[in-house]
Amino acid sequence: MSVGARHIPDRMHSPAARLLRRWETLLLAVAIGIFIANSLASPYFLNAWNLSDATFNFTEKAMIAFAMALLIIAGEIDLSVAAIVALASTAMGAAAEAGAGVPVLVLVGLGTGLICGAINGVLVTGLGLPSIVVTIGTMSLFRGIAYIVLGDQVYKAYPPEFAVFGQGYVWWVISVELALFAVLAVIYGVLLHRTSFGRAVYAIGNNPTGALFSGIRVARVKFVLFLLTGLMSGVAAVCLTSRLGSTRPSIAFAWELEVVTMVVLGGVNILGGSGSIPGVVLAAVVLGLVTFGLGLLNVPGIVMSIFVGLLLIGVIALPRLWAMGRR
Amino acid sequence: MSMTRRLFGGTALAAMTLSAGMATAQDDPLRIALVVKALGIGFFEAAAEGAEQAAEELGNVEIIYTGPTDTTAEGQIEVINALIAQQVDAIAVSANDTDALVPALKKAMQRGITVISWDSGVAPEGRELHLNPSSNPLIGNMIIKLAADHLPDGGEVAVLSASATATNQNTWIAEMEKVLGDYPGIEVVATVYGDDLADKSYREAQGLMQAHPDLAAIIAPTSVGIVAAAQAVEDAGKIGEVNVTGLGLPSEMAGAIASGASKSFAIWNPIDLGYSATMLAYQLATDQAEAAPGAEIDMGRMGTLTLDDNTEGAMADPFVYDASNIDQFKDIF
Repeated sequence: MSVGARHIPDRMHSPAARLLRRWETLLLAVAIGIFIANSLASPYFLNAWNLSDATFNFTEKAMIAFAMALLIIAGEIDLSVAAIVALASTAMGAAAEAGAGVPVLVLVGLGTGLICGAINGVLVTGLGLPSIVVTIGTMSLFRGIAYIVLGDQVYKAYPPEFAVFGQGYVWWVISVELALFAVLAVIYGVLLHRTSFGRAVYAIGNNPTGALFSGIRVARVKFVLFLLTGLMSGVAAVCLTSRLGSTRPSIAFAWELEVVTMVVLGGVNILGGSGSIPGVVLAAVVLGLVTFGLGLLNVPGIVMSIFVGLLLIGVIALPRLWAMGRR
Repeated sequence: MSMTRRLFGGTALAAMTLSAGMATAQDDPLRIALVVKALGIGFFEAAAEGAEQAAEELGNVEIIYTGPTDTTAEGQIEVINALIAQQVDAIAVSANDTDALVPALKKAMQRGITVISWDSGVAPEGRELHLNPSSNPLIGNMIIKLAADHLPDGGEVAVLSASATATNQNTWIAEMEKVLGDYPGIEVVATVYGDDLADKSYREAQGLMQAHPDLAAIIAPTSVGIVAAAQAVEDAGKIGEVNVTGLGLPSEMAGAIASGASKSFAIWNPIDLGYSATMLAYQLATDQAEAAPGAEIDMGRMGTLTLDDNTEGAMADPFVYDASNIDQFKDIF
């Protein structure tokens, strides 16, 4: 298993672990390269406040990506995350219209996320349905409810103090969202790499039947992972809603693909079994730096998408080509 | 300098950046960002062309034409954050969301950037002014004028609207009725509703021609109805007898203009809109004008913009399209 692999000499590494190690190194190199390129390309890049603004391009999506990484490592996927954000935001908006204070709003957001996650979890683990099918369905369901509730209307009765999550700063240029991103990265890093729960996640992803026979409660672990993904979508909904100061049913539209992109770029095997939280953190930073750097040069969004696509294919293909070359 | 500037917060910062912005304006070009709903839309490409015309006329102005790939508020906020980082002098935005852009645009204004909205507006707290392409009274007057211009001796006209509950169309028709007295001899004989459905609008137009044999014009203040009415007139062999006019899109109306079923119609001109937005942003960014209720702000060849109590203003009469200019615009939108 990849956790233990760190202490074993090089030759004895499994090919997967070698790939993993090189992946993070490669991502770090890419991140540094993009950072240098951006500094050279635009005089506005190396500025603490601008870099701080740039973090908003990825913090909310990365929060979801942490939980999504665990889910994908365990061999499942949740494509309804963006729709959960929309529904959680709609629920918070309705609560705000009813005069709810900040603590209640946060509870409503997180609670909605948990309920949605539980629905996905029950459908997948309880009924044994494939997660990709279930969550494509709930994606339409959750966002559909948001559209039925709101239509072309908007909720914007949020109390001024609610703005702290998406617009507040902890210290100097460190935004509340950035701090939350860092804390969650550590929590998920520890959860995946330092606990028996994390080892169970890898085991399930590599061989669910084997995991079951070695005493891991596969269904329960998967259910918890769906709950966590729903919860993190709720957290992202709180941050995004606070940052926008308003809710429309189209909020966070198509974010599920960006979250999955982040996870895959982070080196998580889309078929399950391998991946790491540091990789996802690096991928989030890389994607944030790329979009912000290209934005500073006023590169049209479609060119940006092409660039991100090439980056994804490049980073995934390079280690494979490397391995083929050395064989 | 930008680092030290940002260490300070609040309004003192706005005042500082304002003076700093003016100092640089004389040397470097004034940078005006035209932020659109999404790139790759003909209407906005035309607006960007208008913005370039304004920049050329003003001199020493650089236009940054930008926008997200999809029409999302989140995408537009990323674009706005990148523009704030570049310390552009002005942002003129056609918003994907009236409210969601407000925090990002407020931040831009706090950092001394002039912010206006055009076409699709931002809530008042998120911009200094909003430029509407036209106004309800101007549209109401234009649709009857288009019909009357081709009826020097007067005649019967009928209105083919969208649905009976369509707010926009009802407002325009009410405004039209207010100014009917200015067009002697013009008589509105009927108002029918095609519900913005092509087939229903077509049948309603047919019905109008049967019920009123002397009908001289059909006014359709909806882009669906006007196309359907033109088709009905053509199919009835009444080209030359019944003139179809109203509000339509050049790309959809090019055929009707060519066949003669429609002599002219109107809609806003995106080139003029981009031009005016740029002119207004320039006036505000260089402190030659201030956006306050009642203010009159120069828009170059488009005249002046008068701001109402919501600091909104209407650019002009809808632009008239006919055989002389349809080819220029039919590929744009």
